[in-house]
Amino acid sequence: MELSEIAEIEIDVLLEAIRRRYDYDFSHYARSSLKRRINGLLVKEKLDMPYQLIPRILYDEEVFNRFLSELSVTVTEMYRDPEFFSNLIESIFPVLDTYPYFKIWHAGCATGEEAYSLAVLLKEAGLLNRAKIYATDYNNKSIDIANQGIYSAENIELSNKCYLKAGGKHSFSKYYTEHYDAIKFNDELRNAITFAYHNLVKDGVFGEMNLIICRNVFIYFDKELQNNVLRLFNESTVSKGFLCLGSKESLRFSILKDKFNTLSEANSIYRKKD
Amino acid sequence: MKFIEKSTVEIRCIVIGVSAGGFDALDRLVTKLPLDFSFPVVIVQHRIADNDGYLAQHLNLKSASVVKEVIDKEPICAGIVYIAPPDYHLLIERGLYFSLSKDDKVNYSRPSIDVLFESAADIYRQACLGIILTGKNQDGSMGLAQIVAAGGTAIVQDPQSAIASEMPRAAIKKVPTAAILNLSEIADYLTSLEKRQKS
Repeated sequence: MELSEIAEIEIDVLLEAIRRRYDYDFSHYARSSLKRRINGLLVKEKLDMPYQLIPRILYDEEVFNRFLSELSVTVTEMYRDPEFFSNLIESIFPVLDTYPYFKIWHAGCATGEEAYSLAVLLKEAGLLNRAKIYATDYNNKSIDIANQGIYSAENIELSNKCYLKAGGKHSFSKYYTEHYDAIKFNDELRNAITFAYHNLVKDGVFGEMNLIICRNVFIYFDKELQNNVLRLFNESTVSKGFLCLGSKESLRFSILKDKFNTLSEANSIYRKKD
Repeated sequence: MKFIEKSTVEIRCIVIGVSAGGFDALDRLVTKLPLDFSFPVVIVQHRIADNDGYLAQHLNLKSASVVKEVIDKEPICAGIVYIAPPDYHLLIERGLYFSLSKDDKVNYSRPSIDVLFESAADIYRQACLGIILTGKNQDGSMGLAQIVAAGGTAIVQDPQSAIASEMPRAAIKKVPTAAILNLSEIADYLTSLEKRQKS
């Protein structure tokens, strides 16, 4: 057997150990990027081989928490891809406006920047008081940060630029207070969003959503897991509901390709047929 | 070209890494590939994050092959030239499809050549051909070494013929056994590979 095949066994055993000890299943993550992240953790933990992680993770929950952070922390920012948000305002908001009350699920929200970005735009469209926004992630630490709504002010100029590019009507600074080098979103926005734990890998249907946003999460899943989660999204969406993926993610190579119409190929915006 | 002539292993995937001067180099290389080229060609070209896909469109118009930017989970097909989208790493998965990632930059780059080459070496082993072209940094050297370590084949553009020589020089230093060719020799080699494997 080649060394590379043995290394695959090591990773399989490591993932199995994590699944049984902590109930997190990474076996259907996109393997090549998963391996890079495991290697990243090995360097940080000053280890050479994946098998050396197994006893550490089994007996030391802190090491597992670091593993989880290594795997789940995604770089997110306010109004990443402003053209996606402007597309959202133009083509989805008018439909949401026809409902007396509607629900949005932001799946894989990480530390919450995009959920707040969305809430601000809903507020400006006069839709926020009719919206129920659920933002979920499988990393509790990220959810804590999202719940607080406090972010570094370091990138605020860029955020403001992207906010305007996305179709923001006022000044972004209207929606937060600044203290030293941090910003805190207003209570109205924070109260509009329910941040909650939900693991797409194992948790179930999440109510009747009018809009599901899940951007740059599928890139880390393999095809099988992506299809399972898409099935979950399909079941969680109302008839004619919307689904938004990351700009380089697509339904084209998935089981849902015939169940949704494409509203925007460039921004990966889809609408359920019936 | 002696080194490559010895190779008897069947090539199943060609990966190319290129940086500064890449538009010109790809224009001269990709447009030379024959119609119905029987290998997938996967390219990482360093470029700015808000690039609008012009490179793929331009090459597609001028080439016999289909040239396109990769979408996540897209299956890898022979005869298509794939280009990594800006601001994403591009990786190859076991089921022979692509995955993208927003992970940290590697060698100050996203997409990074090392990231693509490492996964290509892992999946295709000795059936992988890695090519490093013009560029001003050192991305790709490590990945090229991994391709060779897995039994694959390495080609580096002759630094003297490259618009920017630093990246090819770094690759040769790391992989001294790599074949050193200019762009038209690389194009000829790829075309000959096509004929050889068909016969």
